[in-house]
Parts: sequence; structure tokens; C-alpha cells
Amino acid sequence: MINKIFNSPAEAVEDIFDGATILISGFGEVGSPIELIHALIDKGVKNLTVVSNNTGSGYIGLAALIENKQVKKVICSFPKTANSVVFPELYSKGEIELELVPQGTLAERIRCGGAGIPAFYTPTSVGTILADGKEKRIINGKEYILEHAIKGDFALVKCLKADRYGNLVYNKTARNFGPIMCAAAKTTIVQAKQIVDVGDIDPEVVVTPGIFVQRVVSVPNPLEESVLIAENRRYPWN
Amino acid sequence: MELKITGWDMNLVAQKIANDIPDGSYVNLGIGIPELVANHIPNGKEIIFHTENGLLGMGPQPEPDKIDPELINAGKKSVSAIPGACYFHHADSFMMIRGGHIDYCVLGAFQVSQEGDLANWSTGEPNSVPAVGGAMDLVAGVKNVFVITTHLTKKGEPKIVKECTYPLTGKNVVNKIYTNLAVIEVIDKKLFVLEMAPGVEFNFLQSVTEAELHTKT
Repeated sequence: MINKIFNSPAEAVEDIFDGATILISGFGEVGSPIELIHALIDKGVKNLTVVSNNTGSGYIGLAALIENKQVKKVICSFPKTANSVVFPELYSKGEIELELVPQGTLAERIRCGGAGIPAFYTPTSVGTILADGKEKRIINGKEYILEHAIKGDFALVKCLKADRYGNLVYNKTARNFGPIMCAAAKTTIVQAKQIVDVGDIDPEVVVTPGIFVQRVVSVPNPLEESVLIAENRRYPWN
Repeated sequence: MELKITGWDMNLVAQKIANDIPDGSYVNLGIGIPELVANHIPNGKEIIFHTENGLLGMGPQPEPDKIDPELINAGKKSVSAIPGACYFHHADSFMMIRGGHIDYCVLGAFQVSQEGDLANWSTGEPNSVPAVGGAMDLVAGVKNVFVITTHLTKKGEPKIVKECTYPLTGKNVVNKIYTNLAVIEVIDKKLFVLEMAPGVEFNFLQSVTEAELHTKT
């Protein structure tokens, strides 16, 4: 019998190790798996490389993980947002590494990581400083640069609905990096607002096929980062 | 440089862009001033707005009681989805962009060069956190790249320059520049003035533009 359901976020992240590369879904707070990230803070593993579009806001979720000095390097497209305080401070002190990647290149590198494509040529960033040092090639008269796939040891992803096979459905723009991150990690850990019976999700509307998911945890009432930030909350809880 | 002529209001500039985008187009608007374009689409024109975080068919900001915190645009503001909208993941979203499926994008600018180079993501200050987002993907893949910007910086320096001094977003990528003073088209690495705001004359426009301007006649 296949049952990918785990009892708690703590149990689901139990084997995440020092130095792991972790793909974390979300575009800002939307789609960010805050409960799984907080479980990782409780666990305290260090020297992580985090791949995520942003670097978190306030002192909740991803920002709290970074503030807790668990992250050595971030690979991201937009490491600052309106309420982003932790990353800019550490970065200005030289205490965290940044690999800045154009958003579409980041998405495609992750997609390729899950698709068995080791690298690809892209027109994005040609002629800019983000192409410096990268292999260039002219194809049909146009210049491209080589970008390499990204794979994770783990992915932490948030979704709306899951079943015990790991089939997933998302909510609106919270889908963002979820589907491609699920496929690009050795172990994908998903927090779902609802867990439904196998067969309840119409096969025509499954967004992430269960084969890309290893663990599912029920988080029926996920925290809202912006609400907590407005209340000046921080994790570990103040 | 002190400007005596203020030219068009930026809403009017946005309206010019909205008029120039054909019916049936798929359009991506950058964050900030470019978002004004959505307010000026003429009645009867059907334009589908793409937002790169994963929505085709973006509608206006909803009433407070209709807000879903998980429905936002690339600027992380609450938006709505029009009937016929669809959601998709980031790789598909940038497939639409990089793959040449989006017809128009409208972006802001720090600088545009006379060859159509765009600088709009970084001022290159050593202590700032660099952040690029989807700007480089948009200029690399969208069929028509429009820039909306004030003609001069707040300090009165020309934004349309011989060569960009800020880090580039892309080379030879801009098709049209819409400013408060003029509409300028980039053709074969040269800038042609299509229209000037009331009271603006070519010599004046050239005097507040570092790049060389041309007329089509």
C-alpha cells in the first residue's frame, strides 16, 4: 500500500541534513510552506543552500530560517521585498552568499532538474552582467548562454489538496514554483490544507502527479505571513 | 537641467500605449507606472493581461471582501481573475514569455540607449541587494517591448542616453519609448521621434535627450 501521509511537519523534515540543498516554493508569502520551514528551524540543521524566488519577509518563515543562521547560500531572483529585513542585513555584512538568477531562468533550471536535462541555452541575460563567465553559443545567428539545471536534496512545497498518493492541486497563484520543485528534488515534502481520499481528485485536474511527491503533511490552517508580520510576531515565537 | 515644459501627464502616456496595443493582444505590464496602462484600455478592445507569477487573464484589484490572499500579481498586490482566466506554474509562465507568446510588455526604465538597450533592474550601487526578477526574461522573449518613463530623472538628467551607464537588462531590446515629452521608436538601432507633447519642439527634445534623435521625414 502506498501512503505518503506523515503525521507532523517535524516528522516529515526529520532526515533533512546539514549542507542540504532545499527548494522552497512560494512567490513572496503566497505558496510559502511556513509550517514546514518552522519545523526546519526547530530541527536546527545548518549550512543549507536554499532555492526560492525571494528571501522572506519580517521574521517569519524563510526570513526566520535565514535569521537563525541556518542558510549558507540562497539562489533566488528577487532577494528583497517590502518587508525584507533579514537577508539585506546579512548580505551587506557578507554573512550569506547570493546567486542571483533571472526569474524565468530560475524556473527553467528547476524544471530541467526534474526533467533530466542537465543544462540548456537561453537568450535571457545575454549582454548583461548576469551572463559574465557563462558559456556562450550562437545558434541560428542569435547569441545564447548556457545555464545548468538545479536539483534539490529536498523540496518544501505548499498546496491546497493532496491525496495519499501525493497527487496535488494548488490554489490560484500559490501554485507558482510548486509543481517544478516537486519534480526536481530527491525528497519532496508537501504541506496540504486538505487531505482527500484517493479518487476524490479528478484525474483531469491533478496538477502535480503523485510520482513527484514523497511526503504529505496535513496543515489545515496555515499561518499567514503578512498577518503575523503586522502583529510583529517572529519565529521562534516571541 | 530645469524643465519648463512638463508635457503629458503619465496617465495620458499610459493611454497612448493602451491605444497602440491591438485588440486581442496578450500583454505583460511591469510593476509601477506600467500598471497605469490597464486603466486605459478602450471599450471594445479585448486585451489579456499576463502576470508572470502564474496568471493569464488578470483583472483589477478586487473589493476588500473578495480578496483571496493567494491571488496576487507580480508586484505582490491582490488582483482578480477575469472569466476565462487560467493559472499555471512558473516554468509555463516563462515559457509564454521567453518563447515569444506574449505580444507586448510595458516596462519602466532607469536608462534606454540610442540602440535600444534597456537598464531597469539595478543602479549598480555597491551596497544594495541586487534583485532582477523577470525583467531580463521579458526583454529577451516578448515580441514588442515598450518602455514608459519620465523623459528625465528626478535630478533632471536624461534617461535616453548614448550608452547606458547602469547594468543592462538587455541589449537592443526596446521597440518604443513613451515619455511625458514624446513617443520614440527604435528602428535599426536609431531613435525616431513619432510624436511630441504639446509645446515640445524637436530642438528642445534633442536638448533634453543625450542620445541622437531622428525624424522620419
